[in-house]
Amino acid sequence: MNEKPRKFKGGVHPDDSKALSASKPIQDAPLLEKYTVIMHQNIGAPPELVVKKGDAVKKGALLAKATGFVSVPLHAPTSGIVSAIDKCPGPTGLAIPAIEITADGSDEWGSPFEPIADWRQCPPAELRQRVADAGVVGMGGAGFPSHVKLSPPPGKEIDTLILNGAECEPYLTADHRLMLEQAEEVVVGAAIIARIIGLDTAIIGVEDNKPDAIAALEAVAGRYNVRVQALPVNYPQGAEKQLIYAITGREVPVGKLPMDVKCVVQNVASAVAVADAVVRGRPSIERVTTITGKPVVRPGNWRLRIGTPIAKALELAGGISEQPAKLLLGGPMMGIAQRSLGVTVMKNTSGILLIAGDEVSLYTSEPCIRCGRCVEVCPMSILPATISQAVENKRFDWAQQLNVTACIECGSCSYVCPSHRPLNQHFKWAKVEIQSKLRKK
Amino acid sequence: MDTALVAIVSTGAIGGVLGVVIGVVAKAFAVETDERIERVGELLPGANCGGCGFAGCADFAKAVVGARALPGQCPVCSPDDVRNISQYLGIEAEQKEKRVAVVRCSGDCANTVRTLYNGIRDCRSAVVVAGGAKGCDHGCLGFGSCANACPFGAIEIRDGLAVVHPELCVGCENCVATCPKNLIVMVQASVDVHVYCNSPEKGAAKRLVCKTACIACRKCVKAGEEGQMVVDGFLVRTNYENPPTTDLVEKSQCPTSALRLASKHAANEYQGAAK
Amino acid sequence: MPENESSPSIRLPDPAKLVVSNSPHIRSGQNIPRIMFTVVAAMLPACVAGVWFFGLAALEVLLLCTASCVLFEELWNRLTQRPSTWKDGSAIITGILLGMNLNAGVPWWVCLLGGLLAIVLGKQLFGGLGYNPFNPALVARVGLLIGLPEIMTTWNATRSMGADVITTATPLGMAPGAVEIKQMLLGNTGGCLGETSAIALLAGGAILLAFKLIKWEVPVAFIGSVAVITGIAHWANPAEYHSPVVHVLSGGLLLGAFFMATDMVTSPMTRKGALIFGLGCGIMTSLIRLWGSYPEGVSFSILFMNALTPLIDRMTIQKPFGYVAPEKGKVA
Repeated sequence: MNEKPRKFKGGVHPDDSKALSASKPIQDAPLLEKYTVIMHQNIGAPPELVVKKGDAVKKGALLAKATGFVSVPLHAPTSGIVSAIDKCPGPTGLAIPAIEITADGSDEWGSPFEPIADWRQCPPAELRQRVADAGVVGMGGAGFPSHVKLSPPPGKEIDTLILNGAECEPYLTADHRLMLEQAEEVVVGAAIIARIIGLDTAIIGVEDNKPDAIAALEAVAGRYNVRVQALPVNYPQGAEKQLIYAITGREVPVGKLPMDVKCVVQNVASAVAVADAVVRGRPSIERVTTITGKPVVRPGNWRLRIGTPIAKALELAGGISEQPAKLLLGGPMMGIAQRSLGVTVMKNTSGILLIAGDEVSLYTSEPCIRCGRCVEVCPMSILPATISQAVENKRFDWAQQLNVTACIECGSCSYVCPSHRPLNQHFKWAKVEIQSKLRKK
Repeated sequence: MDTALVAIVSTGAIGGVLGVVIGVVAKAFAVETDERIERVGELLPGANCGGCGFAGCADFAKAVVGARALPGQCPVCSPDDVRNISQYLGIEAEQKEKRVAVVRCSGDCANTVRTLYNGIRDCRSAVVVAGGAKGCDHGCLGFGSCANACPFGAIEIRDGLAVVHPELCVGCENCVATCPKNLIVMVQASVDVHVYCNSPEKGAAKRLVCKTACIACRKCVKAGEEGQMVVDGFLVRTNYENPPTTDLVEKSQCPTSALRLASKHAANEYQGAAK
Repeated sequence: MPENESSPSIRLPDPAKLVVSNSPHIRSGQNIPRIMFTVVAAMLPACVAGVWFFGLAALEVLLLCTASCVLFEELWNRLTQRPSTWKDGSAIITGILLGMNLNAGVPWWVCLLGGLLAIVLGKQLFGGLGYNPFNPALVARVGLLIGLPEIMTTWNATRSMGADVITTATPLGMAPGAVEIKQMLLGNTGGCLGETSAIALLAGGAILLAFKLIKWEVPVAFIGSVAVITGIAHWANPAEYHSPVVHVLSGGLLLGAFFMATDMVTSPMTRKGALIFGLGCGIMTSLIRLWGSYPEGVSFSILFMNALTPLIDRMTIQKPFGYVAPEKGKVA
């Protein structure tokens, strides 16, 4: 396999602003009084409640069980009482059901499963089941159930496992700190995942603006037959298809999955969650999140339990020094703007980012001047300007012909557009309309 | 002078010859048309709204003549129009009741909490961002997707709320599918009392974000006759099978003014009615 | 469930003031005025050269054209009740480009008329910036050339040619062999006030390329194809045809190739399209110059290719990353 990564076409180089939090070690958040675990944290079917109001639960106890193959269970972030099952503001802005746990203060473990100390001897199927039981999802942002990715259908051969440590989003440093401080767990997670899908090696792709993380990983990688691949800085380097191309040179066909080119990609944070589930016997109830942004008093990286309200998380970081214009879950390129502080940390909340007013001033869209910058930077080689005009005229059929469905919503086109056109929103809209048309048929 | 003459004569000759050719071709290859289709097309209102389910008035006329559709299926036709067409074709005129659209939300900017939204001004597009950035997850976004779809200008966007003018609405249903919050229903035009709220949330949660939400206090249920207003979860609805009379609004003293008369709502008479 | 109950000492964001919008939430800071004024800066060297060689008359023409373009843009927006747009800089560019495309000695009303043609006919009637199919400055130039052929084909002499010489011919209008290459490089020759100085135009082109405001494919293909075609003609019959060096350095070729053919709105968006566009411009220009009845063909060829731009864009739709050709017999 080649050592030099390929450069994918397009991409942008926004100011990464990672210096705000990159040097801040991960801190454990103190125990809170209440946690609100949002019910639906994964792509696929929401899980089904197994507790009711008033139940006492131990830390790690099952709160909701998976309701199918593409579904993951939820576990209690601490020991205490289920004090409410009600709606809470969801990450998309719409209210969704959530389970409120009032802590009893003892924080006593009651994990539903035992550690698997000798995972090297454990049958892969059992390890895969553990990943599913622990409720591990893609923690980079999508929230796709990990065990589904690790279950290629018969006939799909897998020859490469890639761990995504690119963290190409500006501002975010959670994965960076994780790789630096818990390099061994990352690598062990990689080795376990490799065993599950029948491989004996894995590649960890890391953008080369994190030399300390690369060094830390390389120090332990050899022992587990894992290789660390430095990647050039180019957003969206961490997008699955671009990452696979950079490392293996394979192009994932439009509308297909990585497994169609014999690859499995997992986020490094998910790998740590897998290692936790297998080696320590702990379900996925916490994650490392970057709390950052210019208005934040003390930006940094915290290990937060799932269900931590954003307001409490921001308090950890010392609150704000000025009113931000935007509150985002995730990074500035793909994160979701929030309108409430009642949203809680989910398994895929890689960052809580506040953006100051001068960075986001409200943009009004002007007519396209056809400068072609969006075409230059599009990592999927589609024609954002043309598609956007089709959508503006509600010609979703044209948009479909122009392959709008190939768009990965990385936002590079909107980032460079001098007319500040809402390109990304046009594409999201077009995809929704195309989907609903398909469903009608 | 000579050149001008030559030009006039030659152009004239070419025109004449082509005219004759076109005339001959038109006769020789003429397509037989049913004159009844043309006549029915003239009798139809010609709005081309598509409300009948056919591709415009011409297509509908063809269907009517071919007995695949009844004239009454045209939502725009007045009873007179229907009678004229039926008489012309010698078929029986069916009775039809006029239906109008109702947007089941009264949360304009003055009544409902809204978040600052920076993006495309179209409801169907806005829902991909924070569900439309309205305090109430179920309310009208007011970017006017329905108003744009209305061929008759019957929907007005007033202070961030879509309001149907019943006297302009012909019931073509073009707006119904455009609403991403599924707020628009078609009801009999004769019913004037509607609940202008469609949020299934609890009353307290609704009141936090909207002054004019239906909180299911049941005052209207008690004020009306049995079965005229029905309770559906945390929401009361008009029973269109057994509609209440217009004085119910007056009698019930709806505390949030979610219960309204469509005609008065259109005339903006409930402004500031919410306490 | 609790919205937000914070300890009093720590300040938290006020949710009512948060803005929601779709991602991305940061922008590159690039905007239309910035692009437009960089282009204006790139045009300055050629303008300065024009004023240097043709005197204050050239400055007057440039200023008048710019003022009239801005005036008509603002007038149109007022009449149609649209927001004012002259500050975005596009009308200023059109004005300067128009001025550069005129002889230094044209009367004031020609500048005014040019501004009207460029802004109203060339741009606003199509819907304003971004919707115009043709380069507005060229629409005005060609309109004036057809309407006022005498004024538009009389060329002021440069100041160094002596006080007794009032008008002169452009290099392309001279007999082959009578042309001085050095003077053409500097710009001390007859022609439109902005097109004579090859060095100044190249400097401006370099600025545009450095700021990535134009695609290199357009000027390279344009100039390259003119050089090759006129080179073959010159090689076949040196007595009849100018050398390719003269062709490249003279007339509006450099001006057109760097500043007009590269106009973002009216040229193709993809690199492949830009290459085709430049080639087309070059071939058309060569044909008109060598065998057409006009000595100069840059404007016509660019307008012609402007008209073909939607077609080129359609031809050069790129395949998405990971594109798989649809199976045979299946309609995509």
